[in-house]
Amino acid sequence: MNVSVERSTRLSRVSAACVIALLAALAFVPVALSANVTDKLTTLFVYLILAAMWNALAGYAGLVSVGQQAFFGLGAYAAIRLTQHGVNVYAALVLGALLAGATAIPLSIFMLRLRGGEFAIGMWVVAEVCFGLVILDTSVHGLTGVSLIALNKYSAHDQRAYAYWFALGSAVVFLGLIFALLRSRTGASLQAIRDDEEAAASVGVSVLGGKRVVFVLAALGCATAGTIWLATSITFTPRSYFGVEWTAYMIFMALVGGLGTFEGPILGAVLFFVVQDQFGDNGVWYLVGLGGAAIFFALLLPRGLWGTVEERFGLQLLPVGYRLRGLESIANPEPVEGRRP
Amino acid sequence: MIWVNQIVQGILLGGYYAVLASGLSLMFGVMRIINLAHGDLAVLGAFLVFLFSKHGLSPWLALVIVLPVMGVAGWVLQRGLLERSLRAGPLTPLLATFGLLIVIENLLFEKFGPDERSLFPYIGKLGYDSWTITSQVIVGKIYVLILVVAVCLLGGLQLFLAWTPLGRALRATAEDPDTAELVGVDSRRVYALAAAIAVATAALAGAFLAMRSSFNPYSGSQQLIFAFEAVVIGGIGSLWGTLTGGIVLGVAQNIGAQLNPQWFLLAGHLVFLAVLALRLLLASLGGNWGLRTILGRA
Amino acid sequence: MTLLSVEELDARHGFLRAVRGVSFEVAAGETLAIVGANGAGKSTLLRAIAGAHKPAGGRIVFDGHDITALSAHHRVREGIALVPEGRRLFTGMTLEENLLVARRRARPGPWDVEAVLDAFPLLAARRKSRAGNLSGGEQQATAIGRALMTNPRLLLLDEVSLGLAPVAVDGVYRALRGLIETGATLVLVEQDLNRALEVATRVACMLEGEIVLEGPAAEMTREQVVEAYFGLGRPEGETAVPA
Repeated sequence: MNVSVERSTRLSRVSAACVIALLAALAFVPVALSANVTDKLTTLFVYLILAAMWNALAGYAGLVSVGQQAFFGLGAYAAIRLTQHGVNVYAALVLGALLAGATAIPLSIFMLRLRGGEFAIGMWVVAEVCFGLVILDTSVHGLTGVSLIALNKYSAHDQRAYAYWFALGSAVVFLGLIFALLRSRTGASLQAIRDDEEAAASVGVSVLGGKRVVFVLAALGCATAGTIWLATSITFTPRSYFGVEWTAYMIFMALVGGLGTFEGPILGAVLFFVVQDQFGDNGVWYLVGLGGAAIFFALLLPRGLWGTVEERFGLQLLPVGYRLRGLESIANPEPVEGRRP
Repeated sequence: MIWVNQIVQGILLGGYYAVLASGLSLMFGVMRIINLAHGDLAVLGAFLVFLFSKHGLSPWLALVIVLPVMGVAGWVLQRGLLERSLRAGPLTPLLATFGLLIVIENLLFEKFGPDERSLFPYIGKLGYDSWTITSQVIVGKIYVLILVVAVCLLGGLQLFLAWTPLGRALRATAEDPDTAELVGVDSRRVYALAAAIAVATAALAGAFLAMRSSFNPYSGSQQLIFAFEAVVIGGIGSLWGTLTGGIVLGVAQNIGAQLNPQWFLLAGHLVFLAVLALRLLLASLGGNWGLRTILGRA
Repeated sequence: MTLLSVEELDARHGFLRAVRGVSFEVAAGETLAIVGANGAGKSTLLRAIAGAHKPAGGRIVFDGHDITALSAHHRVREGIALVPEGRRLFTGMTLEENLLVARRRARPGPWDVEAVLDAFPLLAARRKSRAGNLSGGEQQATAIGRALMTNPRLLLLDEVSLGLAPVAVDGVYRALRGLIETGATLVLVEQDLNRALEVATRVACMLEGEIVLEGPAAEMTREQVVEAYFGLGRPEGETAVPA
């Protein structure tokens, strides 16, 4: 019986190389391609981060959050306030995201003790509280919001490029962090937690610890997405940043792409971007479609598009997880037939 | 005295929250599902009653039609959507009901537009009639009606669960659906019944919202949060707790508003979080402080 | 007359075949005891007959009707009642309420709350007590009573002696003997060989999902059953792991 453990297949090694090449190419977009393309890709990267974060929460840590918009809005809010205190705008974007993400640490002590639906709506209440507190702040002019005027120092072309590189860099960082997480011990323990929490705890897996890592990471990611969004849309209107529709988008992307897979959110984000681009002007019917798709996928294709493909064909593009070779010889064992007296 | 009035108003508002939350509480107690579309189902009910009223039917008569219709809708929702969700996994009901929330809200917007609506003009003097208790304490008649209905509803549900064969079957299924099947209870039908009651009461709450205030297609999310907060404050799984929770929420909101009109919502949220924190603290110290009491003990 | 006929029944837990092609019949008025060690598949078999476990293959015929596709609550209407392993009372409800739940969809017949309390006199005083507060023996009696409330034609009992003091088990088996005298048909899963042989008219022994010994209780020796129980005296079989 020859069984060995390997971390990557040939297919995944090839894909990894392709990804690196792609990233190198993407770095040149603001100089090589039009402003329109740059803007669109920036938006795509924001969706990507959001999808990956929500997928990490629900797919890896089993936490369905209907309130990630809390961090999205807080990141933008923190960035604006920092610029109002004279911090350089791009430093403010990074710092704001970090500060907003950091609020997840004390929050986790509390929220992670909630389960299932309680956690879901609890996070929504947190988002509403954040919204409620932010609109009380006169320096962001309540509901009307305020603009990121500190950007005016830079030319439109530079703004676009910086925002793009910030977005690209953030997407790489966060996807990379998730990748590293999945390949690490924490990743394996998350898988165990997702499959059976009690069993995982009984073999010494720190259930709370694993979830906390994902929770804080997701908060950081969403906060960063919020600051990127601020850099591109320039205005901060609290209602749109703290709106629950962001959760709707995240759920759509993660579900349709493939919950619990690494490649799924990427696919979901691309799909969502295309849908948004093509149908975003159709007002409510487009949103109805999103909701309907979420229901459809939740019930009928719970593994999402990528997950179903992965399951059918045993594919895995990127080397996350472990494979046992030589498994065929011990697959599907028959229970022990006879006993010797 | 002004504070007394705020507390009284809060208690009355709590009556509305109790009606709104009773369905959410029932669904969670029996099926362990949190229906994220609950608030939107309430708003849907409000729009239906509104439609009838616009065409000349009294809202009360409209309710006689709308409540059974919404009950059937709840049955269909359970058999068609939630039953499948339950089988698929613990996360799925949340995802499916969230999708439903988005669908309902936006379909309502498509049909009715963004305007605020109200049943105020259709309920005659009831909308603005009130009793003056003292010079500073004034209770609106519609609010009192809602509170009375809340108490009757919760009491009725309690009696139903405690004394009727169907109620016993519901409690048994809530506790152990597999064993309930073994003694002849059709658990799927029981779940569907619970869902029907839940959605019908949601519709009733929606109508009440429309009578005492106004609503628009996107009001559902807010109502869901109120319902959820009321249930958690009062203790998940306890029907009378839902009334208590509603009252605490209403009082907190009104006191907050008295301090600063902008603090109405925030005060409610903060009290909710505080109660949640307290419960979690007590639970971690040991002992079952009502965090997951089953319906049978309500 | 054959009341129950199980044909080539296959039941699984995930990939594990817990019941492997089991066939047997139970005639009306018989008491069949199914014995075997832990994990032999006895509980799964009983649950499959009651409708609580979906079989992977095979047929279950009850009084001439194929009930394989019937859900558990429908089988109760047909006349099959299971006293599940571990009693599984509704602990939040009182003893009386536990009985009443079963009455709702019961078949017509002699059993009702008063009859159950007559059959198990020790329960009468605890009528209004919460089921969770009852002793082990009281809980077992209640569980049996609850099954009886449905007026079953076939009563399935899963490990009724498990976790009970010998005195309590005596009481339970006394009640079972009473039942048998009235002509009831029982299928009894029991780890305690002695108890099983006391009441059974026929015995079947299961090992690793299969019936390895079956026959009238009167014709079996203890030695035969014990051997079958432990799989002694079997030819050396294949092992699962290839060398």
